[in-house]
Amino acid sequence: MEKFIEIKDVEFSYMNEYDDPPTKNTVLRGVSLDIGRGEFVAVLGHNGSGKSTLAKLLNAINLPEKGEVLIDGMLTSDEEHLYDIRKRVGMVFQNPDNQIVATVVEEDVAFALENIGVEPAEIRRRVDEALKTVGMYEYREHAPHKLSGGQKQRIAIAGVLAMQPECIVMDEPTAMLDPIGRCEIMKTIKQLNAAGVTIILITHYMDEAAQAGRVVVMDSGRVIADDVPKKVFSQMEMLKSVGLDVPDVTELTHALIAEGCSLPDDIISEDECFERLYNLLKKGG
Amino acid sequence: MGIIKTENLTYVYGEGTPFRKVAVDNINLDIDEGEIVGIIGRTGSGKSTLIQHFNGLLKPTSGKVFIDGDELFADKSRLKEIRFKVGLVFQYPEYQLFEETVYKDIAFGPKNMGLSEDEIDRRVRETARLVGLKPEYLEKSPFELSGGQKRRAAIAGVMAMEPKVLILDEPTAGLDPRGRDRILGLIKEYHAEKGTTVLLVSHSMEDVAKTVSKILVMNNSKVFMYSDRSGVFAKAEELTSMGLTVPQVTRVFDRLRAAGIEFEDEVFSVEYAKDLVLRLLRERGQSLD
Repeated sequence: MEKFIEIKDVEFSYMNEYDDPPTKNTVLRGVSLDIGRGEFVAVLGHNGSGKSTLAKLLNAINLPEKGEVLIDGMLTSDEEHLYDIRKRVGMVFQNPDNQIVATVVEEDVAFALENIGVEPAEIRRRVDEALKTVGMYEYREHAPHKLSGGQKQRIAIAGVLAMQPECIVMDEPTAMLDPIGRCEIMKTIKQLNAAGVTIILITHYMDEAAQAGRVVVMDSGRVIADDVPKKVFSQMEMLKSVGLDVPDVTELTHALIAEGCSLPDDIISEDECFERLYNLLKKGG
Repeated sequence: MGIIKTENLTYVYGEGTPFRKVAVDNINLDIDEGEIVGIIGRTGSGKSTLIQHFNGLLKPTSGKVFIDGDELFADKSRLKEIRFKVGLVFQYPEYQLFEETVYKDIAFGPKNMGLSEDEIDRRVRETARLVGLKPEYLEKSPFELSGGQKRRAAIAGVMAMEPKVLILDEPTAGLDPRGRDRILGLIKEYHAEKGTTVLLVSHSMEDVAKTVSKILVMNNSKVFMYSDRSGVFAKAEELTSMGLTVPQVTRVFDRLRAAGIEFEDEVFSVEYAKDLVLRLLRERGQSLD
């Protein structure tokens, strides 16, 4: 797969202003990752593991202290490329209310396009297309504050989509949503990825990460696992030791294996768990 | 009469405007003292409106609310006193920390209750211990704490008022799995130690399933059900149709039953699921593979 994002030996730290004299808090300690065009990568890690800091490196909100980040071959530290990088990599954050600026849905989606001086006819076309993609076209004349959390978050995604980015980085986009809102966003993400958009999804929900093509696990500013979901989630003890979890079906199969049941240790989906348990229980029935 | 009782409780937002919405519709509830209850429902189902009635933040449009046998709003001079019986922890409570030190923040509620310095000190230290904040943190600024610690400090501030009912609105929102388990664990410990009533509002069926003994399901401004866990999770289909989910293991075992594996149990935790599978295998004298 063609490389789209290259992260090379990146270190990053914040200054802790409350201490006197201010102390340095190192958040990333030598992170290297390559992400291909069109991939769907989930990033896991407990609070403070460096996930969000990493995300902000990808469209030059943060610049590496050491090492370098390249987006589509462009160095994020090179100011000349700032505009091109931000055009390619869009971001969606946790709280939908912090990302919506206008009082009408379609105006909100058009906001960034107007800022960069896109032709009105082109704005119309892109806004309509983005709203259709996230399934919010019929709400285009509604007031955002009357929508549900999941709907608002889809508007925020549409605003990013209208910029036609090649990659969308989402930092816990479902954290404030109810189960239905979470399903809506996951459906949208998978649809975008199928259409070729590179997705980087930072999440605390293991069942969401299990749906990605690749899972990266961060701990204390380092990448400690990077593989397909099945391989990552079968390492239950390792994940628990860094404050993470596995899907409940994985936990169940591991508990049964410990009791002597013969089951594979890499079950991460409900369907698979059902089939395996059915086969196990049916025999004597 | 239970610790919380409502009679035909109805609340209408925007009465007399085109935006009129009945947020809570004719609710009759009786929650016994000492219960730990999960309140679930979709966004907009009326959960938050309902709990805001329990300490008089909202006044019913019609109907009555009784706390510990006293009717709220019946005698305005007693409102404050009744309110002290019900502690409400809002969503993202860490945004409400404001004092110079963690100690002062936790002491704020007890101070307002007019308690003595000694009693305030006892409560601050006890609740800090309960929520797992080390004594040395008490002298720090709340803004020096991590996200999870801030949230625990904020919860301690309400616990320190020693309310007869503690209500928490989405206390695990935005936390990582360890932070989530820690908050749920401390809520369970608090309940076990104090024996007082706890109401937990949550979107997460998994969280609710492993923490509470009874579940109140809100749907379209009404109470759909108030029952123990197995009673509620037995209604998986109806819950799904109203936009709620049941725990992942519950779904797997419902499918197993539908596929012809025979068992009576309602499964809602990994631990229970494991024991059930082992029991079914044993009953059939079957080997584990």
